[in-house]
Amino acid sequence: MRRCSFDDGGLRSRVGSAAAFEQPWKSGASAPRKDVFRASGFSPRSRQRLKAAYSRLRAAALKGPLFYGRARVPVRILNALLLAAFFATAAHAQVTFDRIVNSSKEPQNWLTYSGDYAGRRFSALDQVNKKTVRSLVAKWVYQTAATGKLETTPLVADGILYATAQDDRALALDARTGRPTWMYQHPLPADIRPCCGHVNRGLAILGDKVFLGTLDAHVIALDTKTGNVIWDVVAADYRNGYSFTVAPLAVKNLVVIGVSGGEYGVRGFIDAYDAATGERKWRFYTVPGPGEPGHETWEGDSWKVGGAPAWNTGTYDAATNQIFWPTGNPAPSNRGEGRAGDNLYSNSLLALNADTGKLNWYFQFTKHDEHDWDATQVPVMIDVEKPNSAGKHLIAQANRNGFFYVIDRTSGRLISANAYGKTTWSDTKDAEGRPVAKKEASPTLEGHTVCPGALGTTNFMAPAFDPQTELFYVTARDQCDIFSTAPQPYEAGHAFYGSAYFPSEEAEPYRGFLKAIDPATGEIKWTFEHTSPTWSGVLSTAGGLVFTGDAEGNFIALDAAAGKPLWHFQMGGAVYAAPIAFAVDGKEYLAIAAGSALYAFGLP
Amino acid sequence: MRNTFLRRFVSSLLLSCAMAASSAAADDRNPFAGDARAAKAGEYEFRINCALCHGLGARGGGRGPDLTRVQKKHVHSDAEMFQVISNGIPGTVMPANGTNGQGVGMTDEEIWQIITYIRSVEVKAPAKPIGNAAHGKELFYGDANCSLCHMVEGKGGRVGPELSAVGGSRTREAIIDSVRNPSRRLAWGLTESTKEFPQEYETITVVTADGKEIKGVALNEDSFSVQVMDSSEQIYLLDKDKLRSFKKSRESMMPQYKPDTLSDKDLEDIVAYLISVGAK
Repeated sequence: MRRCSFDDGGLRSRVGSAAAFEQPWKSGASAPRKDVFRASGFSPRSRQRLKAAYSRLRAAALKGPLFYGRARVPVRILNALLLAAFFATAAHAQVTFDRIVNSSKEPQNWLTYSGDYAGRRFSALDQVNKKTVRSLVAKWVYQTAATGKLETTPLVADGILYATAQDDRALALDARTGRPTWMYQHPLPADIRPCCGHVNRGLAILGDKVFLGTLDAHVIALDTKTGNVIWDVVAADYRNGYSFTVAPLAVKNLVVIGVSGGEYGVRGFIDAYDAATGERKWRFYTVPGPGEPGHETWEGDSWKVGGAPAWNTGTYDAATNQIFWPTGNPAPSNRGEGRAGDNLYSNSLLALNADTGKLNWYFQFTKHDEHDWDATQVPVMIDVEKPNSAGKHLIAQANRNGFFYVIDRTSGRLISANAYGKTTWSDTKDAEGRPVAKKEASPTLEGHTVCPGALGTTNFMAPAFDPQTELFYVTARDQCDIFSTAPQPYEAGHAFYGSAYFPSEEAEPYRGFLKAIDPATGEIKWTFEHTSPTWSGVLSTAGGLVFTGDAEGNFIALDAAAGKPLWHFQMGGAVYAAPIAFAVDGKEYLAIAAGSALYAFGLP
Repeated sequence: MRNTFLRRFVSSLLLSCAMAASSAAADDRNPFAGDARAAKAGEYEFRINCALCHGLGARGGGRGPDLTRVQKKHVHSDAEMFQVISNGIPGTVMPANGTNGQGVGMTDEEIWQIITYIRSVEVKAPAKPIGNAAHGKELFYGDANCSLCHMVEGKGGRVGPELSAVGGSRTREAIIDSVRNPSRRLAWGLTESTKEFPQEYETITVVTADGKEIKGVALNEDSFSVQVMDSSEQIYLLDKDKLRSFKKSRESMMPQYKPDTLSDKDLEDIVAYLISVGAK
């Protein structure tokens, strides 16, 4: 485990944004190398320009009035000061694919939706830890002044924080102060009908661009420095129910994005666009067409409106060049009649070749789903070094259907599936160990109670895996619903659920939790019960902490090993987003969205 | 140049007026009025979008009014119903179309289908009020002790939910059930705009650091603090980590009124009183 250190007197950290990934956080590292401009991300030409600019700045400073009477300022310190000024004002390095692959070497940044390609949402920063967390204070608040939920996970690259907000806004903030440097809002047509609010879960960053998927199914590249639109492509027709709410995943030179619209009978897909041009490089349809393997799992023409959206961000394994992307419900979500069969690849985990989008393997969590249990939760890559473990390269997913699955990510073979919340829909497993739905769990016209309810044991809330505690943290709820079904003909762009659900009147009140699961055994190590269910994601840090938010508006730090709350702050609005950690000027920050605002916290 | 601008301005003004007029017309008249097929389609739309609060068959659930009544508190005409479904009712939990965040909103056509469905299930001849509202009022403020905790039209206690609107927004059965079994379905209290669930009238019992026991209803609660009103209407603002003990119960503070303490007839009178106030 590489930890970052802050004991460098602050000087190097200040230039750290550029220099640190060249000399990544090595303890006891000496002063920065002379040629910091060789850092990855600078082309030879821009390196040349930067050097020239730096020389001019240095020459000016040496004879400038600032240094009169202080002629003995050691050149090394002068260099450091100048570099700090230079990087604070003049330039920041580009985020390359290599930097994202090696994101653990620059924990001051948050370069992709889940923090790293493995999807762990773990930060190696430890300045805020079990000892210091009690003095954590709010550093800034950014008000979006828009209504609706904020589901964004911000990115941080070299001192700039990039976030999305309601109605397809994107913005860049000075990560130290929360002051915006640009704002963008995509002009949305008036007749969009996204299923679940005018929400967006975040951006991807690569090179000098950030990438936004929009509610009218555009993919847009924005210039990181200005927010100017570089390219804008239309992936599908929003009038037929297609939209994007997902944070894209930048892999190599591609922007990978999955579509929403499982409520409208879309035909789901995952797209990859050339980050430079916006040209579509591949598309994987999550519902196979005639002649393709898996097509036989759909009755008649039902595949045409089969759903299987892909609305949450997947993960990427550089070692095998595979993208792991999860998919959602078959459509109509709560009516299986008319779509007999397993309905591949709904509610599945797909392993796709990153270059071609070709399917290597899949694992279907819920076959022929009738409860809207999208399997779109982040598939987290875990590498287990322990002897006697069933597999070394694993994927863990806390599924909406109430089971925690561990899969061998080299083969797609299921290793274990254990309930981590209240489930009544399955009491048997098939030969592979996969929970199988009881016949009686199917929705009926009159309706009957099934657990978990339609919103699932978990949903889009981002989980975290902490390599120090080796625990998987996930927001969960116990909620049972009455599922009833109703015939609903398909009509393009119209709701296509085939169903309704209601809270079960006699049922227990809904309960919400943060749970710590041991992926090796499926055992729940600790549970923290919220006052009511929350939609907040989770972050774990090397400071021995887990951060989450609640429906009552608190941002909470808990002991990662024991689940005891150690600190909280009331933000005044419910949390539907996930926290991140980053550092600027050698100071660690935590950021999270709540209500209609984005908050950052740090030590005094 | 100027003329062009003026012309554009006038023509855009005319256009927007025309659009406003046409949309008003579209929202005024139910294109499916009396159409049985549209009513059937509306029934399924109703299940998906409305039944969560208004119950299957529109007969009212625990949360929303019985829509089979011809007399509705907020709407009379189809056009008003369209407006209410589209925009919600401020100050109530009735949301605007598509804003509950959990489902797809309805198209205009689907809203009209739902209205057609609601009209098709309305009970044309309203049942005569069973109870005697005047006697119900006497009981409410007198022997039945309701007003010790409940306020109606500015008079009464504060510990329980205010009941001026309850007769207009709950079914007779729901009111009776909440008197006979107050703990079965706790009333909703404070609703916060970004929070998924409203606060419920849960019973909180705490012992403070100095040994004082407090029992009351939760005005609000989170993981770290709780705001409580006790039966003498005293408000306590408490930090959970400073309490010696904290207990939350779904056993309502309201006593269970069994038929031996409140007869079916007297209860019907109280319900009649609440319905008469709710209809105002």
